[in-house]
Amino acid sequence: MKTKIFATGLAVAVTMAAGVANADKWSDQFPHIKNTGDIPGECSYESMSKKDYKGKTLTINTHAVPVMGEPTALHAEQFSKLTGANVQVIHTPAGDLYSKAMIPFQAGQAPYDIVFGFSNFIRDWMQYLEPVPAKYVNMRQMQDVTKSHIDVASWDGEMIQFPIDGDRHYLKYRKDVIDNPEYQAKYKAETGRELRVPRTWKEYGEIASFFNGWDWDNDGEIEYGSAEVMKKDDLMYAAFFSRSVAYAKNPRTPGGFFFDLETMKPLINGPGFVEALTDWVEATKYVPPGGINFGLGDEINSFGGGQTLFSFSWDDAFVAAMEDNSPIKNKVGVASLPGSDRVWNRVSGAWENEYNQAPYIVWGWAAAVAKESTNHEMAFDYLCFFSNDANHQADIAIGRFGVNPFKKSDFVPAIYVERQGWDEEIAKEYTETLLEMEEQNTNRVFPLRVPGVFQFTSAIATGTSKALAGQLSPQEALDEVAAEWEKIVKRVGADKVREAYAVGVALEDNLN
Amino acid sequence: MNFRHKHIFLLPGLLVLIGILIFPILFTVRLSLSSWDSFYPGLDFIGLENYIRLFTDDLRFWESFLRLGFLSLTTVFLQYVIGFSLALMVWRDIAFKRFFRVLFLIPMMSTPVIMTVIWKTVFHESLGPVNDFLSLFELTPLWLSNDFLAKITVIIVEVWQWTPFMFLLLLAGLLSLPEEAFLAASIDGAGPIRKFIYVTFPLMAPISIGAIIIRLIEASKIMDTVYVLTSGGPGTSTETSSFYIFIKGLREFQMGYSAALSFTYLVIMIISLTIIAKVLVRVLMKQD
Repeated sequence: MKTKIFATGLAVAVTMAAGVANADKWSDQFPHIKNTGDIPGECSYESMSKKDYKGKTLTINTHAVPVMGEPTALHAEQFSKLTGANVQVIHTPAGDLYSKAMIPFQAGQAPYDIVFGFSNFIRDWMQYLEPVPAKYVNMRQMQDVTKSHIDVASWDGEMIQFPIDGDRHYLKYRKDVIDNPEYQAKYKAETGRELRVPRTWKEYGEIASFFNGWDWDNDGEIEYGSAEVMKKDDLMYAAFFSRSVAYAKNPRTPGGFFFDLETMKPLINGPGFVEALTDWVEATKYVPPGGINFGLGDEINSFGGGQTLFSFSWDDAFVAAMEDNSPIKNKVGVASLPGSDRVWNRVSGAWENEYNQAPYIVWGWAAAVAKESTNHEMAFDYLCFFSNDANHQADIAIGRFGVNPFKKSDFVPAIYVERQGWDEEIAKEYTETLLEMEEQNTNRVFPLRVPGVFQFTSAIATGTSKALAGQLSPQEALDEVAAEWEKIVKRVGADKVREAYAVGVALEDNLN
Repeated sequence: MNFRHKHIFLLPGLLVLIGILIFPILFTVRLSLSSWDSFYPGLDFIGLENYIRLFTDDLRFWESFLRLGFLSLTTVFLQYVIGFSLALMVWRDIAFKRFFRVLFLIPMMSTPVIMTVIWKTVFHESLGPVNDFLSLFELTPLWLSNDFLAKITVIIVEVWQWTPFMFLLLLAGLLSLPEEAFLAASIDGAGPIRKFIYVTFPLMAPISIGAIIIRLIEASKIMDTVYVLTSGGPGTSTETSSFYIFIKGLREFQMGYSAALSFTYLVIMIISLTIIAKVLVRVLMKQD
């Protein structure tokens, strides 16, 4: 593995050096890529400047600024200057991205050539999308994408979405606290346990509780244990799955995490998930006041602003914390999601008392070309340009852009040390953690990608939020979710859900 | 003039009416009889299946309806009381009357979603100014995270935003009242309280009923405040009918089912508001 990383690092160094050669020519016109200049490739600035799309219009429906909306607009402007195309960018709130594309899709219209959304929309959208042509799939730029993100963008081996972003959930923690010898001694004296990066969710809760409600960074403000996405309907279901994987993803019981693939019976109210929800209800005691109503933005601001010890979700909170204007730059660390000391075996119907950990390769931003569009080539060229090496390197350094690592060449510490001023140790921890999750761990959980996915996730959000609010016990809440899931499966059709779910299960069971 | 020619002049208005009122309602009814969702687009026919599901297997919708009743009746009652008080205050000659009249209208003229975002910041439990102030007294109420307080917060925002509308209608009513009745009351020796109880309030009854009904119709559609402030949470404690229909329709893309919810909601609202209007007429205009 070390050889592989070294080789990738070498490749990055070569491309960085190659980029410098072109820096003067293109970075003068496009300051966004001033750190690298143009990097040679199939969709580089140089290559795009040879395309001629004058008189053609490309319409893109993307997210509101800044997250993903800002880079979309920026790269649209650059693409327009290089190719002569007229690029119209329409910004839409996250909650409406699905329906705003789905309504014209179902009506057979093509108001947008490119649609941005989340990668778990894939099963509902794929019949309306143009698969990525082989020339893009086989190009060098695409060979650099990690297998996990090729899998996320593909359906049964066919690439449907163009990889533009990488997403996964992982643990972020305050390194200056966890590694502080004074606090280590204090924690040991008061609890009898070692203060360390939590290995299990129980340990996470214990440490978060200890550091909840007092000023441990001496800034005159009270700090808290953890910031989490708990607000109903605001991606909270993803946070719940992150907490569930350790208890419920047993590597010895293949054949489904969310459902039993054979019977399509929901597993969501099994003891593993109930244990995770019980932990989560407990977590309401160590989040900041009102933390139960934190959406993703609140979580980013809370952890990124130095209010909490821990956080877990997408990269954004970590990147925000490591930006130059952050009060906690180079004070944060990264680790895989905590695991558990036991894992539920749904086949034997018993707990297995051994350590278990599972990465959650959560869904993230995705972009695709509408089948009904009459500008397929131009649309794919735009997406290819969006994610070319120079743009991508510049984008991942800007937290608010929401573009995160998904290329093998991203997992080289030097990039972050030299270009973003990160501490070497933190950069190493960051890249190693992400690479381990993506390329090495075989107990991964992928997002639910089945027809009517929003009905399933909405039921989870409602059930878990009732438990967090104390309206129902964890078991009652998840029983309610399971009952709702059974109704959805019945409505959509068990065979159709099974057929789609099997594609994700094959990834989780490492059958591909 | 030929009778048929008159119909031609009515035709544009009729077509507009059909286009913007009749067609959407008929289409909603047709949609409600289909299974249109993200996976099965199109107007197939499944009979009353969606309505059967709604009446036998969707407790959440009915709970959201009860919650809507509580929120809308409470907010409109408070808006009426406060709006009437403010209107009475600037009805008579007071200093800076024009300034106050404009000042009281400002909330209504601001954009609801933006103002709700501001209110959300104000009530933010750990970063907001309200709790910052209350923490001086060692109080940190969970405005958005507690079942009961979240409802109160929604009510506060709604009352703040829409009281000016009530104020405007009631002030217009007060300004149109005949002076003679007040003169007669003065001659009979009535003080301000008696004048209000026996003259102002009865004379204002018709416009009060109109204002209350208009606001009830609007309040029953409460959506933006809930969407921005709480997303219906914590749990389902601030989820209203319109927010629930939005989730089923535009989040989960169950178009057929959400059409059934919408049509049922429309029928119930028409019946409820008719009853409420009749009750108000009986209570407020009993002296007539």
